[in-house]
Amino acid sequence: MKKLLLGNAAVARGAYEAGVRVVASYPGTPSTEITESIVQYPEIYAEWSPNEKVAAEVAIGASIAGARSMPCMKHVGLNVMADPVFTAAYTGVNAGLVFCVADDPGMHSSQNEQDSRHYAEASKIPMLEPSDSGECKEFTKLAFELSEKYDTPVFLRLSTRISHSQSLVELNERENDELKPYEKNAAKYVMMPGNAIKRHVEVEKRLAALKEFSETTEINKAEINGSDIGVICGGTTYLYAHEALGDSVSYFKIGMIYPFPDKAIVEFCKKFKTVYVIEELDPVIETQCKALGIEVIGKERFTLLGEYTPTLIKKAVSGEEIPKENALDELLPARPPVMCAGCPHRGTFYVLKKLGLTVSGDIGCYTLGAVPPLSSLDTTICMGASVSAAHGMAKARGPKFNKKLVSVIGDSTFMHSGITGLTDIVYNKGANTVIILDNSITGMTGHQENPTTGYTIRGEETKQVNLIALCKSLGVEHVVVADPFDVKNFEKVVKEETEREEPSVIIAQRPCALLKRVKYSGHCVITDACKNCKMCMKLGCPAISVKDDKVVIDNTQCNGCGLCVNVCPFGAIKKED
Amino acid sequence: MTKSIMIVGVGGQGTLLASRILGNTVIREGYDVKVSEVHGMSQRGGSVVTYVKYGDKVYSPTIDKGQADLILAFEILEAARALPYLSKNGTMIANTQQINPMPVITGAATYPEKLDEKIEKKANLVKLDALSIAKQAGNIKTVNVVLIGVLAKNSEIPYEKWVETIKETVPEKFLEVNLKAFELGYNV
Repeated sequence: MKKLLLGNAAVARGAYEAGVRVVASYPGTPSTEITESIVQYPEIYAEWSPNEKVAAEVAIGASIAGARSMPCMKHVGLNVMADPVFTAAYTGVNAGLVFCVADDPGMHSSQNEQDSRHYAEASKIPMLEPSDSGECKEFTKLAFELSEKYDTPVFLRLSTRISHSQSLVELNERENDELKPYEKNAAKYVMMPGNAIKRHVEVEKRLAALKEFSETTEINKAEINGSDIGVICGGTTYLYAHEALGDSVSYFKIGMIYPFPDKAIVEFCKKFKTVYVIEELDPVIETQCKALGIEVIGKERFTLLGEYTPTLIKKAVSGEEIPKENALDELLPARPPVMCAGCPHRGTFYVLKKLGLTVSGDIGCYTLGAVPPLSSLDTTICMGASVSAAHGMAKARGPKFNKKLVSVIGDSTFMHSGITGLTDIVYNKGANTVIILDNSITGMTGHQENPTTGYTIRGEETKQVNLIALCKSLGVEHVVVADPFDVKNFEKVVKEETEREEPSVIIAQRPCALLKRVKYSGHCVITDACKNCKMCMKLGCPAISVKDDKVVIDNTQCNGCGLCVNVCPFGAIKKED
Repeated sequence: MTKSIMIVGVGGQGTLLASRILGNTVIREGYDVKVSEVHGMSQRGGSVVTYVKYGDKVYSPTIDKGQADLILAFEILEAARALPYLSKNGTMIANTQQINPMPVITGAATYPEKLDEKIEKKANLVKLDALSIAKQAGNIKTVNVVLIGVLAKNSEIPYEKWVETIKETVPEKFLEVNLKAFELGYNV
C-alpha cells in the first residue's frame, strides 16, 4: 500500500517498521512531526524530553538496555545533545541507535543555518541522507541495521524540504520488535580513560569497515547518462539537479555522506570531462573530492547561502540566463510573521516597550516581539540565553543598567535550558529580573506538551512542574505571577521587580490563544468615544489597522481577547458578542 | 509531463489543508506526487507558500519562478507576490480578500490598490470573493475549501474524486459545511 507522507512521518514509519521501541525528542522545526507521528504507534514509547541532551541520553540508555531507539531534533538541538553523542560513538550500541537531525537551509524557522553534516566526521558517526519520503523510510530502517551490524550510533540527516515535503511511501510490516538481552559490560559502557582508550581503537576499526560499506552500498549510486558532465549531489540537491538537468548529465547520488565513498567517487569522476559538486550550505562533499585530488566545480559557482532551486542549478551549469519574470511594476509590502490575534505575549511586550527596557530574548513565538511595532527584543541567541546572557550584561554594566533589563523566556524554553542560567544568577549574586512567558504550551513548533503543562506527549495527565516552587527552590525569593493582559498591574509588577537588588522572577501567565481550551468569544469594536489617539496601534495586533485615518478592527481577524480594551485610555473599545 | 500548482496565502488561512486535499486527490488518479509545505515561524501570520506537483515522476518538491501552471491565492496581495511564479500560459485563481500585513498596519507601507486589475493585465486571472461564499456556506473558515472548489473546476480531475478526499480529510462534524463550501466554489 502506498501513502502520501511527510518526510518526517516517513521517518516515523521507518522507525516503526524497524521495530523501534523508544523515541525521545525535543520539538524543533523542521523535525517536530517525526515524534508527533510516532505517537500513532502504540508499540513505541514516545516522550517529549525537557531538552535534546536529555532526549539523546534517554535513547542511549534505552539502546544499551536492548531497545532500538531514536532521538529526533533540529540542527541546533544537535548542538545541545553533542556531549553524549561524541561519547556514544565510543560505547557503541546494544540495540540500534539512530540520531535523527533536521537542518534548515534558508532558515525558514531557525536562528542559524548550520550544516550538521560536519558532525558526522567530528563525532566519527556514520551519516545517511535521504532525498524523499520513500527514502526517509528506507534509510531509517537501514540506519538501524547498520547501527547494530557495526556497533555504532548512526545519523540520519534531513533538511526542511525533505522533512516537510510529502511524497509516496510503500508501507510494510513491523519487524525486529524483540528486546535484546542486557548484560553488564563496563569495558564498553563505562567511558573512563582506561576503557575509552580501548574503545577509540574500536571506533577507528569500525570506521574502516564502514568505509568499505560506503564504497559498495546501493545508496551511493552512479546514474550514467553518457555525456561529458558528471554531477555529485545528495539529499535535496539530487532532486533539484535532476529537475534542472534531466538526462543531459550523469549523477552520483550520495546517500551515505560519511564515511565518504572515496573509490566509487574517483571511479565516477574518471568518466567525465567536467564534474560539478552540488550541495546546499557548506562544501562538505567538495572538500572530500578535492582531498582525493579530483578537480571539481563547487562553491566557486554555487552559493554557500540558503536553499538551492532547479533554476539556480541550471544557470550555474549551463550559464543560461533566467527569463525576465512576470511581476507587477510596483514594490509590494512584505508580510513578515506576527504574533497571532489574542497572543498573550503581546501584553508583555507592550509593557516592556512602554517602559523602555533592554530585553534579553529567547527562542519561541515571542522572538516575534523583536518586530515593529513592539520592537522590544535586544538579543536572541539560543535556547536559554535570555537568562544567562542578561546575567552577563548585568555583570558587565552594573546595577543601574540591570534595573532597566529583563529576560523573557517561554515556559518550555525555561525547562529546556533556562533553569541553569537562573541558578547562575542566584549563585553568583546577580539581581536580574526574569520573565517566564507561561502560555501553558510549546507554541512555535505547534503545541507540544512540556513539563509545565501537566500532560505527556500522548495527552496523559502527569505531574506538573510548579514554576513558583522551582524558582524559589533555586533561591529566588521574589516570584510573582501576573496576567500580561492586565496591563496596568503587569506594568506595576515589572517596575517593582526590576527595582529590586535581588533576583526576581515574573511568571506572565496566560494561555496561548490557539489552545482549544481558550475560548475567547465575540469581537472588539471601536465606539464613538474614540479620540483617534492610536494607542491601540502600538499593540501590533493583526486585527487592528487604520483606514482613512480612523482605527478599525477587522472582525475576521479579531477573536475578542480584549487586550485593546484594556489598553485604550478613553474606554473607547468595547467587546461585543 | 508534470503539473505544478502553488497555493499561497497568509499563515492561519488553511493553505495546508488545501494542499493536503489536492495532494490526496491527485493520488487517486495514479500520479506520482510531491507536496512541499511550510511549518514553524512563517505560519504565524506571514506569507505562506505550498507547492503541489504531480505527474509520471516528480523530482523537485518545489516550484521555481515561471513554472507554476496554476496558482491558488487565498489573498490578493499574496496573489500579486506569487505572480512571478506563474508560467506563461498559467492561470491564477485569487480570492479578492485583503488582509493587512504588519508594515501596512504600522503605516510603514500602504496596501496597493486594485491589485486584481493589475494582475489581470499581466496574467489569466479567475477572481472571486471566497470569504462571502464561505459565509454563504455557513462558516468563514471554509474559505480554503471554497477555493479548492474553484481549483477543482479548473482541473481535469473528476468532481467525485475531490469529494471523496474531502470526506476522508475533514472531521465528521465539519463535513457538511465543507462539502457545501466545495460545491459553491465549484459552481462559481
